[in-house]
Amino acid sequence: MQPLIRMTGITRFFGQFCAVRNISLELFQGEVVGLLGPNGAGKSTTMRILSGCLGASLGTVQLDGADLLKEPKLVKRAIGYLPETPPLYHELTVDEYLKFCARLKAVKGSSIKASLDRVKSLCGLDREGSRLIRNLSKGFQQRVGIAQAIIHNPQLIILDEPTNGLDPNQIIEIRKLIRTLGSSHGVILSTHILPEVQSVCDRVLIMNNGRLVYTESLAQMNSSKSDMLNIRLARPPGEPALAQLKGVVNVTTLGENRFYLQLSSTCLVETVAERIIQRGWGLMELVPQQQNLEQIFYRLTTTGENDR
Amino acid sequence: MFAIFGKELRSLFLSPLAWSLLIAMQLVLAWIFLVQLEQFLQLQPKLAGLESAPGISTLVIAPLLDSAAMTLMLLVPLLTMGMFSRDSGSGTLDLLFSSPVSLTAIVMGKYFAVLTFLAITLVLIALMPLSLLLGTRPDMGSLAAALLALTLAGTAYAAVGIWISSMTKQPAVAAVLTYAVLLLLWIINLTDNEGTDSLLQQLSLSSHFQRMLSGLVTSSDIIYFLLLILIGLILCIHRLERLRIEG
Repeated sequence: MQPLIRMTGITRFFGQFCAVRNISLELFQGEVVGLLGPNGAGKSTTMRILSGCLGASLGTVQLDGADLLKEPKLVKRAIGYLPETPPLYHELTVDEYLKFCARLKAVKGSSIKASLDRVKSLCGLDREGSRLIRNLSKGFQQRVGIAQAIIHNPQLIILDEPTNGLDPNQIIEIRKLIRTLGSSHGVILSTHILPEVQSVCDRVLIMNNGRLVYTESLAQMNSSKSDMLNIRLARPPGEPALAQLKGVVNVTTLGENRFYLQLSSTCLVETVAERIIQRGWGLMELVPQQQNLEQIFYRLTTTGENDR
Repeated sequence: MFAIFGKELRSLFLSPLAWSLLIAMQLVLAWIFLVQLEQFLQLQPKLAGLESAPGISTLVIAPLLDSAAMTLMLLVPLLTMGMFSRDSGSGTLDLLFSSPVSLTAIVMGKYFAVLTFLAITLVLIALMPLSLLLGTRPDMGSLAAALLALTLAGTAYAAVGIWISSMTKQPAVAAVLTYAVLLLLWIINLTDNEGTDSLLQQLSLSSHFQRMLSGLVTSSDIIYFLLLILIGLILCIHRLERLRIEG
Protein backbone atom coordinates (compact mmCIF):
# COMPACT_ATOMS: atom_id res chain seq x y z
CA MET A 1 0.00 0.00 0.00
CA GLN A 2 1.24 3.47 -0.86
CA PRO A 3 1.77 5.54 2.29
CA LEU A 4 -0.26 8.75 2.57
CA ILE A 5 2.70 10.71 3.78
CA ARG A 6 6.37 9.94 3.58
CA MET A 7 8.99 11.97 5.43
CA THR A 8 12.54 11.15 4.47
CA GLY A 9 15.60 12.25 6.39
CA ILE A 10 14.06 15.39 7.83
CA THR A 11 16.61 17.46 9.70
CA ARG A 12 16.16 20.93 11.06
CA PHE A 13 18.74 23.28 12.53
CA PHE A 14 18.02 26.48 14.42
CA GLY A 15 21.40 28.15 14.20
CA GLN A 16 23.81 25.61 15.68
CA PHE A 17 21.05 23.77 17.53
CA CYS A 18 19.68 20.68 15.85
CA ALA A 19 16.01 20.44 16.77
CA VAL A 20 15.14 17.49 14.55
CA ARG A 21 17.69 14.98 13.38
CA ASN A 22 17.21 12.70 10.42
CA ILE A 23 13.59 11.68 10.94
CA SER A 24 11.89 9.38 8.48
CA LEU A 25 8.36 8.19 8.87
CA GLU A 26 5.43 6.91 6.89
CA LEU A 27 1.78 7.25 7.64
CA PHE A 28 -1.07 5.39 5.98
CA GLN A 29 -4.64 6.34 5.29
CA GLY A 30 -6.89 5.35 8.20
CA GLU A 31 -4.12 5.35 10.75
CA VAL A 32 -3.79 7.42 13.92
CA VAL A 33 -0.19 7.96 14.93
CA GLY A 34 0.79 9.39 18.28
CA LEU A 35 3.99 11.37 18.55
CA LEU A 36 5.36 11.33 22.08
CA GLY A 37 8.29 12.96 23.66
CA PRO A 38 9.38 15.15 26.54
CA ASN A 39 9.25 18.91 26.17
CA GLY A 40 11.75 20.15 23.65
CA ALA A 41 12.09 16.77 21.94
CA GLY A 42 11.24 18.26 18.53
CA LYS A 43 7.60 17.17 18.24
CA SER A 44 6.23 20.57 17.34
CA THR A 45 9.08 21.28 14.95
CA THR A 46 8.43 17.99 13.17
CA MET A 47 4.74 18.82 12.88
CA ARG A 48 5.41 22.33 11.63
CA ILE A 49 7.69 20.93 8.95
CA LEU A 50 5.06 18.36 8.01
CA SER A 51 2.43 21.08 7.68
CA GLY A 52 4.60 23.30 5.51
CA CYS A 53 4.85 26.13 8.06
CA LEU A 54 8.55 25.61 8.47
CA GLY A 55 11.15 24.57 5.96
CA ALA A 56 13.39 21.62 6.70
CA SER A 57 17.16 22.06 6.56
CA LEU A 58 17.43 18.65 4.89
CA GLY A 59 15.05 15.97 3.73
CA THR A 60 11.74 15.80 1.92
CA VAL A 61 8.05 15.53 2.71
CA GLN A 62 5.84 13.77 0.19
CA LEU A 63 2.10 13.37 0.26
CA ASP A 64 0.71 10.78 -2.13
CA GLY A 65 3.92 11.11 -4.09
CA ALA A 66 3.70 14.91 -4.43
CA ASP A 67 6.57 16.90 -2.91
CA LEU A 68 5.61 19.56 -0.37
CA LEU A 69 8.20 22.02 -1.66
CA LYS A 70 7.57 21.49 -5.35
CA GLU A 71 3.78 21.47 -5.29
CA PRO A 72 2.94 23.32 -2.08
CA LYS A 73 -0.62 24.25 -3.05
CA LEU A 74 -1.58 20.73 -4.02
CA VAL A 75 -0.09 19.20 -0.90
CA LYS A 76 -1.35 21.83 1.53
CA ARG A 77 -4.88 21.42 0.25
CA ALA A 78 -4.71 17.86 1.58
CA ILE A 79 -3.34 18.82 5.00
CA GLY A 80 -5.16 20.16 8.02
CA TYR A 81 -2.99 21.52 10.81
CA LEU A 82 -3.76 22.52 14.36
CA PRO A 83 -0.72 24.26 15.88
CA GLU A 84 0.06 24.18 19.58
CA THR A 85 -1.86 27.41 20.13
CA PRO A 86 -4.99 27.38 17.96
CA PRO A 87 -4.58 30.03 15.23
CA LEU A 88 -7.71 32.08 15.93
CA TYR A 89 -8.78 35.60 15.10
CA HIS A 90 -10.42 36.73 18.30
CA GLU A 91 -12.37 39.56 16.73
CA LEU A 92 -14.37 37.22 14.48
CA THR A 93 -17.32 35.00 15.32
CA VAL A 94 -16.97 31.24 14.99
CA ASP A 95 -18.96 31.22 11.74
CA GLU A 96 -17.01 34.09 10.22
CA TYR A 97 -13.75 32.47 11.18
CA LEU A 98 -14.61 29.04 9.83
CA LYS A 99 -15.95 30.57 6.62
CA PHE A 100 -12.66 32.42 6.21
CA CYS A 101 -10.72 29.20 6.81
CA ALA A 102 -12.85 27.33 4.30
CA ARG A 103 -12.20 29.95 1.62
CA LEU A 104 -8.53 30.09 2.54
CA LYS A 105 -8.27 26.33 2.12
CA ALA A 106 -9.92 26.48 -1.27
CA VAL A 107 -13.24 24.89 -0.34
CA LYS A 108 -15.65 25.47 -3.23
CA GLY A 109 -18.05 28.35 -2.65
CA SER A 110 -21.11 26.17 -3.05
CA SER A 111 -20.03 23.63 -0.45
CA ILE A 112 -18.79 26.07 2.19
CA LYS A 113 -22.05 26.03 4.09
CA ALA A 114 -22.20 22.25 4.14
CA SER A 115 -18.58 22.01 5.34
CA LEU A 116 -19.31 24.55 8.04
CA ASP A 117 -22.29 22.58 9.32
CA ARG A 118 -20.35 19.33 9.16
CA VAL A 119 -17.36 20.49 11.21
CA LYS A 120 -19.53 22.37 13.66
CA SER A 121 -21.54 19.29 14.50
CA LEU A 122 -18.39 17.13 14.59
CA CYS A 123 -16.69 19.47 17.04
CA GLY A 124 -19.79 20.27 19.07
CA LEU A 125 -19.95 23.90 18.02
CA ASP A 126 -23.53 23.92 16.71
CA ARG A 127 -24.71 26.51 19.16
CA GLU A 128 -21.59 28.67 19.20
CA GLY A 129 -21.73 29.84 15.59
CA SER A 130 -22.54 33.46 16.26
CA ARG A 131 -20.36 33.87 19.33
CA LEU A 132 -17.17 35.88 19.23
CA ILE A 133 -14.11 33.66 19.49
CA ARG A 134 -12.72 36.08 22.08
CA ASN A 135 -15.59 35.20 24.44
CA LEU A 136 -15.27 31.43 24.12
CA SER A 137 -13.67 29.36 26.87
CA LYS A 138 -10.32 27.77 26.18
CA GLY A 139 -11.89 24.38 25.51
CA PHE A 140 -14.22 25.79 22.89
CA GLN A 141 -11.40 27.75 21.32
CA GLN A 142 -9.50 24.49 21.05
CA ARG A 143 -12.50 22.94 19.31
CA VAL A 144 -12.65 25.82 16.86
CA GLY A 145 -8.97 25.15 16.22
CA ILE A 146 -9.73 21.51 15.43
CA ALA A 147 -12.71 22.52 13.27
CA GLN A 148 -10.39 24.76 11.29
CA ALA A 149 -8.04 21.86 10.66
CA ILE A 150 -10.71 19.57 9.22
CA ILE A 151 -12.94 22.04 7.40
CA HIS A 152 -11.57 21.17 3.98
CA ASN A 153 -11.78 17.45 4.63
CA PRO A 154 -8.03 16.91 4.32
CA GLN A 155 -6.42 13.52 3.84
CA LEU A 156 -3.87 14.18 6.54
CA ILE A 157 -4.71 15.84 9.85
CA ILE A 158 -1.88 17.11 12.03
CA LEU A 159 -2.86 17.90 15.60
CA ASP A 160 -0.35 19.41 17.99
CA GLU A 161 -1.56 18.63 21.51
CA PRO A 162 -5.25 18.58 20.59
CA THR A 163 -6.58 17.97 24.10
CA ASN A 164 -4.58 20.77 25.65
CA GLY A 165 -6.67 22.84 28.04
CA LEU A 166 -9.83 20.76 27.78
CA ASP A 167 -11.83 19.42 30.69
CA PRO A 168 -12.09 15.62 31.14
CA ASN A 169 -15.47 15.36 29.37
CA GLN A 170 -14.24 17.36 26.45
CA ILE A 171 -11.08 15.28 26.29
CA ILE A 172 -13.18 12.14 25.91
CA GLU A 173 -15.26 13.78 23.17
CA ILE A 174 -12.20 14.99 21.30
CA ARG A 175 -10.62 11.53 21.52
CA LYS A 176 -13.80 10.07 20.07
CA LEU A 177 -13.65 12.65 17.33
CA ILE A 178 -10.03 11.77 16.58
CA ARG A 179 -10.94 8.09 16.36
CA THR A 180 -13.76 8.91 13.97
CA LEU A 181 -11.47 11.02 11.84
CA GLY A 182 -8.82 8.35 11.97
CA SER A 183 -11.05 5.81 10.27
CA SER A 184 -11.12 7.72 7.00
CA HIS A 185 -8.12 10.07 7.22
CA GLY A 186 -4.54 9.84 8.34
CA VAL A 187 -4.04 11.52 11.69
CA ILE A 188 -0.81 12.40 13.43
CA LEU A 189 -1.07 13.90 16.89
CA SER A 190 1.45 14.92 19.47
CA THR A 191 0.89 14.80 23.18
CA HIS A 192 2.64 14.13 26.40
CA ILE A 193 -0.34 12.41 27.98
CA LEU A 194 0.49 8.71 27.68
CA PRO A 195 -2.99 7.25 28.27
CA GLU A 196 -4.22 9.43 25.43
CA VAL A 197 -1.95 7.62 23.04
CA GLN A 198 -3.15 4.27 24.31
CA SER A 199 -6.77 5.22 23.89
CA VAL A 200 -6.70 6.73 20.42
CA CYS A 201 -3.59 5.74 18.51
CA ASP A 202 -2.79 2.79 16.29
CA ARG A 203 0.90 3.41 16.39
CA VAL A 204 3.21 5.27 18.69
CA LEU A 205 6.40 7.15 17.91
CA ILE A 206 8.66 8.44 20.64
CA MET A 207 11.04 11.29 20.03
CA ASN A 208 13.90 12.39 22.19
CA ASN A 209 16.49 15.09 21.56
CA GLY A 210 15.30 15.46 17.99
CA ARG A 211 15.63 11.76 17.19
CA LEU A 212 12.97 9.18 16.57
CA VAL A 213 13.81 6.58 19.19
CA TYR A 214 10.83 4.23 19.11
CA THR A 215 8.19 3.09 16.65
CA GLU A 216 5.69 0.39 17.48
CA SER A 217 2.08 -0.37 16.78
CA LEU A 218 -0.07 -0.44 19.89
CA ALA A 219 -1.67 -3.74 18.94
CA GLN A 220 1.73 -5.35 19.05
CA MET A 221 2.56 -3.64 22.29
CA ASN A 222 -0.64 -4.85 23.95
CA SER A 223 -0.32 -8.43 22.79
CA SER A 224 2.99 -8.87 24.52
CA LYS A 225 2.73 -10.42 27.98
CA SER A 226 2.33 -8.15 30.92
CA ASP A 227 4.79 -8.82 33.75
CA MET A 228 4.03 -5.95 36.08
CA LEU A 229 1.14 -5.80 38.55
CA ASN A 230 -0.14 -2.81 40.43
CA ILE A 231 -2.04 -4.08 43.48
CA ARG A 232 -3.87 -2.61 46.47
CA LEU A 233 -4.35 -4.66 49.63
CA ALA A 234 -6.66 -4.10 52.59
CA ARG A 235 -4.31 -5.87 55.00
CA PRO A 236 -0.82 -5.58 53.53
CA PRO A 237 1.70 -8.02 54.98
CA GLY A 238 4.70 -5.81 54.19
CA GLU A 239 7.24 -5.91 51.44
CA PRO A 240 9.28 -8.99 52.53
CA ALA A 241 6.22 -11.22 52.73
CA LEU A 242 5.08 -10.15 49.28
CA ALA A 243 8.53 -10.77 47.89
CA GLN A 244 8.39 -14.33 49.15
CA LEU A 245 5.31 -15.10 47.06
CA LYS A 246 6.09 -17.65 44.43
CA GLY A 247 6.57 -16.06 41.02
CA VAL A 248 7.23 -12.56 42.32
CA VAL A 249 10.67 -11.30 41.43
CA ASN A 250 10.59 -7.80 42.81
CA VAL A 251 8.33 -5.64 45.01
CA THR A 252 8.16 -1.86 45.17
CA THR A 253 6.01 -0.06 47.70
CA LEU A 254 4.05 2.70 45.98
CA GLY A 255 1.90 3.88 48.87
CA GLU A 256 0.52 2.72 52.16
CA ASN A 257 -1.48 -0.18 50.69
CA ARG A 258 -0.24 -0.12 47.18
CA PHE A 259 2.52 -2.26 45.68
CA TYR A 260 4.15 -2.85 42.41
CA LEU A 261 4.98 -6.48 41.70
CA GLN A 262 7.29 -7.71 39.02
CA LEU A 263 6.50 -11.27 37.98
CA SER A 264 8.86 -13.87 36.70
CA SER A 265 8.47 -14.59 33.01
CA THR A 266 6.77 -17.97 33.61
CA CYS A 267 4.29 -16.83 36.24
CA LEU A 268 0.69 -16.05 35.27
CA VAL A 269 -1.28 -13.16 36.68
CA GLU A 270 -4.15 -15.34 37.89
CA THR A 271 -1.86 -17.59 39.93
CA VAL A 272 -0.45 -14.64 41.80
CA ALA A 273 -3.93 -13.32 42.44
CA GLU A 274 -5.01 -16.68 43.80
CA ARG A 275 -2.04 -16.86 46.13
CA ILE A 276 -2.68 -13.38 47.51
CA ILE A 277 -6.33 -14.21 48.19
CA GLN A 278 -5.42 -17.50 49.83
CA ARG A 279 -3.22 -15.69 52.30
CA GLY A 280 -6.11 -13.36 53.24
CA TRP A 281 -4.38 -10.07 52.52
CA GLY A 282 -7.61 -8.54 51.25
CA LEU A 283 -6.96 -7.94 47.58
CA MET A 284 -8.89 -4.82 46.59
CA GLU A 285 -7.34 -3.91 43.29
CA LEU A 286 -5.16 -5.61 40.73
CA VAL A 287 -4.11 -3.85 37.56
CA PRO A 288 -1.80 -5.60 35.14
CA GLN A 289 0.50 -2.85 33.91
CA GLN A 290 -0.57 -3.46 30.38
CA GLN A 291 2.23 -2.69 28.05
CA ASN A 292 4.04 -0.23 30.08
CA LEU A 293 4.29 2.58 27.59
CA GLU A 294 5.17 4.68 30.56
CA GLN A 295 8.23 2.60 31.27
CA ILE A 296 9.30 2.49 27.66
CA PHE A 297 8.89 6.24 27.50
CA TYR A 298 10.82 6.76 30.70
CA ARG A 299 13.62 4.45 29.65
CA LEU A 300 14.01 5.95 26.19
CA THR A 301 13.74 9.58 27.15
CA THR A 302 15.98 9.52 30.19
CA THR A 303 18.83 7.57 28.63
CA GLY A 304 18.84 10.25 25.96
CA GLU A 305 19.52 12.85 28.63
CA ASN A 306 22.72 11.06 29.55
CA ASP A 307 23.85 10.95 25.94
CA ARG A 308 24.01 14.69 25.74
CA MET B 1 -6.20 36.10 -1.86
CA PHE B 2 -9.82 37.24 -1.79
CA ALA B 3 -10.40 35.33 1.41
CA ILE B 4 -7.54 37.15 3.09
CA PHE B 5 -8.62 40.47 1.61
CA GLY B 6 -12.16 40.05 2.90
CA LYS B 7 -11.08 38.93 6.33
CA GLU B 8 -8.56 41.75 6.77
CA LEU B 9 -11.05 44.38 5.67
CA ARG B 10 -13.60 42.97 8.07
CA SER B 11 -11.05 42.96 10.88
CA LEU B 12 -10.12 46.57 10.10
CA PHE B 13 -13.71 47.71 10.34
CA LEU B 14 -14.33 45.61 13.43
CA SER B 15 -11.51 47.35 15.25
CA PRO B 16 -12.20 50.63 16.97
CA LEU B 17 -8.71 51.69 15.94
CA ALA B 18 -9.59 52.18 12.29
CA TRP B 19 -12.74 54.11 13.08
CA SER B 20 -11.03 56.38 15.57
CA LEU B 21 -8.24 57.04 13.10
CA LEU B 22 -10.83 58.03 10.51
CA ILE B 23 -12.51 60.37 12.97
CA ALA B 24 -9.25 61.97 14.09
CA MET B 25 -8.17 62.46 10.50
CA GLN B 26 -11.44 64.14 9.53
CA LEU B 27 -11.43 66.42 12.56
CA VAL B 28 -7.87 67.60 12.05
CA LEU B 29 -8.21 68.15 8.33
CA ALA B 30 -11.59 69.85 8.59
CA TRP B 31 -10.09 72.30 11.06
CA ILE B 32 -7.11 72.98 8.83
CA PHE B 33 -9.44 73.40 5.86
CA LEU B 34 -11.58 75.93 7.70
CA VAL B 35 -8.57 77.92 8.89
CA GLN B 36 -7.12 78.05 5.37
CA LEU B 37 -10.47 79.11 3.99
CA GLU B 38 -10.83 81.82 6.59
CA GLN B 39 -7.37 83.19 5.78
CA PHE B 40 -8.15 83.11 2.08
CA LEU B 41 -11.34 85.10 2.63
CA GLN B 42 -9.41 87.73 4.56
CA LEU B 43 -6.75 87.93 1.85
CA GLN B 44 -9.23 88.02 -1.01
CA PRO B 45 -9.74 91.80 -1.21
CA LYS B 46 -5.97 92.35 -1.43
CA LEU B 47 -5.56 89.57 -4.01
CA ALA B 48 -8.23 91.10 -6.19
CA GLY B 49 -5.92 94.05 -6.84
CA LEU B 50 -2.98 91.87 -7.93
CA GLU B 51 -2.22 90.82 -11.47
CA SER B 52 -2.14 86.96 -11.87
CA ALA B 53 -2.82 86.51 -8.20
CA PRO B 54 -2.61 83.00 -6.71
CA GLY B 55 -6.02 81.34 -6.70
CA ILE B 56 -7.87 79.17 -4.24
CA SER B 57 -6.07 76.06 -5.52
CA THR B 58 -2.70 77.41 -4.44
CA LEU B 59 -3.82 79.05 -1.24
CA VAL B 60 -6.29 76.56 0.16
CA ILE B 61 -6.19 73.19 -1.60
CA ALA B 62 -2.42 72.73 -1.79
CA PRO B 63 -1.78 73.47 1.90
CA LEU B 64 -4.73 71.28 2.87
CA LEU B 65 -3.52 68.27 0.92
CA ASP B 66 0.01 68.89 2.11
CA SER B 67 -1.24 68.56 5.67
CA ALA B 68 -3.28 65.56 4.60
CA ALA B 69 -0.07 63.85 3.42
CA MET B 70 1.49 64.44 6.83
CA THR B 71 -1.63 63.23 8.63
CA LEU B 72 -1.73 60.12 6.45
CA MET B 73 1.85 59.49 7.47
CA LEU B 74 0.62 59.36 11.05
CA LEU B 75 -2.41 57.26 10.20
CA VAL B 76 -1.20 54.62 7.76
CA PRO B 77 1.47 53.08 10.03
CA LEU B 78 -1.24 52.57 12.64
CA LEU B 79 -3.34 50.75 10.05
CA THR B 80 -0.54 48.54 8.79
CA MET B 81 1.24 47.89 12.08
CA GLY B 82 -0.79 44.81 12.94
CA MET B 83 -0.99 43.31 9.49
CA PHE B 84 1.69 40.69 10.02
CA SER B 85 3.00 41.42 13.50
CA ARG B 86 -0.30 40.39 15.09
CA ASP B 87 -0.38 37.22 13.00
CA SER B 88 3.10 36.18 14.00
CA GLY B 89 2.43 37.16 17.60
CA SER B 90 -0.77 35.16 17.97
CA GLY B 91 0.29 32.20 15.85
CA THR B 92 -2.24 32.76 13.08
CA LEU B 93 0.63 33.07 10.64
CA ASP B 94 0.84 29.27 10.84
CA LEU B 95 -2.72 29.09 9.60
CA LEU B 96 -1.79 31.18 6.57
CA PHE B 97 1.45 29.30 5.98
CA SER B 98 -0.22 25.88 6.14
CA SER B 99 -2.96 26.96 3.71
CA PRO B 100 -2.78 26.48 -0.03
CA VAL B 101 -2.07 30.14 -0.79
CA SER B 102 1.16 31.68 -2.02
CA LEU B 103 3.06 34.24 0.02
CA THR B 104 2.38 36.81 -2.69
CA ALA B 105 -1.35 36.22 -2.34
CA ILE B 106 -1.12 36.63 1.44
CA VAL B 107 0.74 39.92 1.15
CA MET B 108 -1.45 41.27 -1.64
CA GLY B 109 -4.65 40.30 0.18
CA LYS B 110 -3.61 42.27 3.21
CA TYR B 111 -2.22 45.15 1.15
CA PHE B 112 -5.43 45.58 -0.82
CA ALA B 113 -7.43 45.57 2.38
CA VAL B 114 -5.37 48.51 3.64
CA LEU B 115 -5.73 50.22 0.26
CA THR B 116 -9.49 49.85 0.36
CA PHE B 117 -9.61 51.51 3.72
CA LEU B 118 -7.24 54.16 2.43
CA ALA B 119 -9.51 54.77 -0.56
CA ILE B 120 -12.38 55.57 1.77
CA THR B 121 -10.15 57.99 3.66
CA LEU B 122 -9.05 59.64 0.43
CA VAL B 123 -12.61 60.07 -0.79
CA LEU B 124 -13.51 61.75 2.48
CA ILE B 125 -10.50 64.04 2.17
CA ALA B 126 -11.30 64.83 -1.46
CA LEU B 127 -14.80 65.91 -0.50
CA MET B 128 -13.38 68.93 1.31
CA PRO B 129 -11.76 70.68 -1.68
CA LEU B 130 -14.62 69.47 -3.88
CA SER B 131 -17.07 71.26 -1.60
CA LEU B 132 -15.51 74.50 -2.87
CA LEU B 133 -17.33 73.80 -6.13
CA LEU B 134 -20.41 75.10 -4.38
CA GLY B 135 -19.03 78.65 -4.35
CA THR B 136 -16.16 78.92 -6.77
CA ARG B 137 -14.32 77.17 -9.59
CA PRO B 138 -11.01 75.76 -8.40
CA ASP B 139 -8.46 74.56 -10.95
CA MET B 140 -9.64 70.98 -11.47
CA GLY B 141 -6.40 69.93 -13.17
CA SER B 142 -4.21 70.87 -10.28
CA LEU B 143 -6.70 69.40 -7.84
CA ALA B 144 -6.54 66.08 -9.69
CA ALA B 145 -2.74 66.18 -9.66
CA ALA B 146 -2.69 66.91 -5.95
CA LEU B 147 -5.13 64.08 -5.19
CA LEU B 148 -3.06 61.71 -7.33
CA ALA B 149 0.00 62.73 -5.33
CA LEU B 150 -1.83 62.05 -2.09
CA THR B 151 -3.06 58.66 -3.31
CA LEU B 152 0.41 57.61 -4.42
CA ALA B 153 1.94 58.78 -1.17
CA GLY B 154 -0.67 56.89 0.87
CA THR B 155 -0.23 53.65 -1.06
CA ALA B 156 3.54 53.95 -0.72
CA TYR B 157 3.25 54.48 3.04
CA ALA B 158 1.09 51.35 3.23
CA ALA B 159 3.63 49.25 1.31
CA VAL B 160 6.44 50.34 3.63
CA GLY B 161 4.23 49.82 6.66
CA ILE B 162 3.19 46.32 5.69
CA TRP B 163 6.80 45.33 5.09
CA ILE B 164 7.88 46.59 8.49
CA SER B 165 4.98 44.88 10.22
CA SER B 166 6.34 41.56 8.95
CA MET B 167 9.60 42.16 10.80
CA THR B 168 8.35 42.19 14.37
CA LYS B 169 5.81 40.52 16.62
CA GLN B 170 4.82 43.76 18.32
CA PRO B 171 2.49 46.12 16.47
CA ALA B 172 3.74 49.16 18.37
CA VAL B 173 7.32 48.47 17.33
CA ALA B 174 6.18 48.14 13.74
CA ALA B 175 4.37 51.47 13.91
CA VAL B 176 7.36 53.30 15.40
CA LEU B 177 9.78 51.84 12.85
CA THR B 178 7.41 52.74 10.02
CA TYR B 179 7.27 56.33 11.30
CA ALA B 180 11.04 56.41 11.41
CA VAL B 181 11.45 55.15 7.85
CA LEU B 182 8.73 57.36 6.36
CA LEU B 183 9.82 60.46 8.20
CA LEU B 184 13.42 59.90 7.18
CA LEU B 185 12.33 59.51 3.57
CA TRP B 186 10.32 62.68 3.90
CA ILE B 187 13.06 64.88 5.33
CA ILE B 188 16.12 63.28 3.77
CA ASN B 189 16.45 66.20 1.35
CA LEU B 190 16.60 68.85 4.07
CA THR B 191 20.37 69.25 4.00
CA ASP B 192 20.41 69.49 0.28
CA ASN B 193 19.65 72.76 -1.41
CA GLU B 194 21.53 72.17 -4.61
CA GLY B 195 18.61 71.39 -6.86
CA THR B 196 16.38 68.59 -7.96
CA ASP B 197 18.97 66.28 -9.42
CA SER B 198 20.96 65.32 -6.36
CA LEU B 199 20.64 61.83 -4.93
CA LEU B 200 19.03 62.94 -1.68
CA GLN B 201 16.41 64.94 -3.55
CA GLN B 202 15.66 61.91 -5.69
CA LEU B 203 15.29 59.72 -2.61
CA SER B 204 13.05 62.12 -0.76
CA LEU B 205 9.32 61.52 -0.57
CA SER B 206 8.60 65.20 -0.05
CA SER B 207 10.38 66.51 -3.13
CA HIS B 208 8.40 64.17 -5.39
CA PHE B 209 5.19 64.84 -3.52
CA GLN B 210 5.56 68.63 -3.51
CA ARG B 211 6.20 68.71 -7.24
CA MET B 212 2.98 66.82 -7.94
CA LEU B 213 1.10 68.85 -5.40
CA SER B 214 2.00 72.02 -7.28
CA GLY B 215 0.27 70.54 -10.31
CA LEU B 216 3.28 69.19 -12.18
CA VAL B 217 2.80 65.46 -12.90
CA THR B 218 5.97 63.90 -14.27
CA SER B 219 6.56 60.26 -15.02
CA SER B 220 9.68 60.24 -12.85
CA ASP B 221 7.64 61.15 -9.79
CA ILE B 222 5.05 58.50 -10.53
CA ILE B 223 7.78 55.93 -11.09
CA TYR B 224 9.36 56.90 -7.77
CA PHE B 225 6.17 56.10 -5.89
CA LEU B 226 5.53 52.90 -7.83
CA LEU B 227 9.08 51.77 -7.11
CA LEU B 228 8.63 52.46 -3.43
CA ILE B 229 5.44 50.37 -3.41
CA LEU B 230 7.09 47.55 -5.31
CA ILE B 231 10.15 47.52 -3.06
CA GLY B 232 7.99 47.48 0.07
CA LEU B 233 5.88 44.56 -1.14
CA ILE B 234 8.80 42.53 -2.46
CA LEU B 235 10.72 42.99 0.77
CA CYS B 236 7.64 41.88 2.66
CA ILE B 237 7.25 38.69 0.61
CA HIS B 238 10.96 38.05 0.96
CA ARG B 239 10.76 38.53 4.71
CA LEU B 240 7.90 36.02 5.01
CA GLU B 241 9.86 33.53 2.94
CA ARG B 242 12.79 33.89 5.35
CA LEU B 243 10.40 33.53 8.27
CA ARG B 244 9.15 30.25 6.89
CA ILE B 245 12.58 28.91 6.10
CA GLU B 246 14.37 30.09 9.21
CA GLY B 247 11.56 29.85 11.70
